[in-house]
Amino acid sequence: MHELSIAASIVESVSEAAAAYPGARVKEVRLRVGALASVVEDALRFCWELATEETPLRGAALAIETLPVILHCEDCGAESAIETVQSFRCPRCGALAADLRQGREMEIASIELEEPEPSAAAPAST
Amino acid sequence: MTTRIVELRRGILKKNDELAAGLRARFQAAGVLVLNLVSSPGTGKTAFLERTLRELRAQGKRAAALVGDLETDNDARRLAASGAPVRQINTHGICHLDAEMIAKHLDGWEGLSLDALDMLFIENVGNLVCPSSYDLGERIRVALLSVTEGEDKPLKYPGLFNSADAAVITKIDIAEPCGFDRELALKNIREIRPGMRVFETSAKTGAGMEAWLAYLAEQRRG
Repeated sequence: MHELSIAASIVESVSEAAAAYPGARVKEVRLRVGALASVVEDALRFCWELATEETPLRGAALAIETLPVILHCEDCGAESAIETVQSFRCPRCGALAADLRQGREMEIASIELEEPEPSAAAPAST
Repeated sequence: MTTRIVELRRGILKKNDELAAGLRARFQAAGVLVLNLVSSPGTGKTAFLERTLRELRAQGKRAAALVGDLETDNDARRLAASGAPVRQINTHGICHLDAEMIAKHLDGWEGLSLDALDMLFIENVGNLVCPSSYDLGERIRVALLSVTEGEDKPLKYPGLFNSADAAVITKIDIAEPCGFDRELALKNIREIRPGMRVFETSAKTGAGMEAWLAYLAEQRRG
């Protein structure tokens, strides 16, 4: 169960990035996670709530995009996604393929912030 | 309220990856071959490493080990009997080693100089999931599997086996009574990590150690 460490790392990175936008609230954090990254989505969501509690990120949603494993086949040259991670064979020609082009990613792609309207910050006096 | 999207494209474990890259550069500059041994609890990592350290010492090679466990220094004491410098890392509940723990334990290791070493073995916490995400700056990641565990382990833990550079099958001296299907195990390893080197060993009888030691020597040179 290393999802708590992962959630804590995300909180740290996102808090750092969000600090550049004073007054903004983080609405959503969008991740890209490879199918081979050994991250369990349910466990990560559970840990996300724990890790964000008592931080300014509390209540922020977590959007997780799972990226399939993409193999490059040295036999036929195809680059294709495989459906399971039980067999690393080229879906086109069936040869074993060791050249992984995608599937291990663990990335914070973007964050969505909610900012106060500039005019609301300085209301005009009547 | 307005909405703003900020692109980050930042690795979740960026801090660990940066630290690991620094360690890798340090290991390379010192000319030390670093291996990260990963398996389930009970595979026999410690017995295998004990034998490896002993045989390396007999060959006149200088090897050291960092050994990770949740608690106790039992493994470090066992390994130290080989005569090699050994240091225990207790993670106190954390299920994997990370680059920061390695850096910290290297820095505080009295009397150890990386320059004076040929090889450094890092025995990870017994776990086939979590260690796969954490780069420790190693050059070779070794996945170990014992004949008592079932031939489908690589299929169950593809994240770890696919990230490994070499596989070691341990306890082959008891393969027969365990009903271990060697061909099936080799096939499963191949399906998950095509082309990976596989060593079939017994720490008890010494079977397969020669090929493993030859591989280490070859990697040390390369």
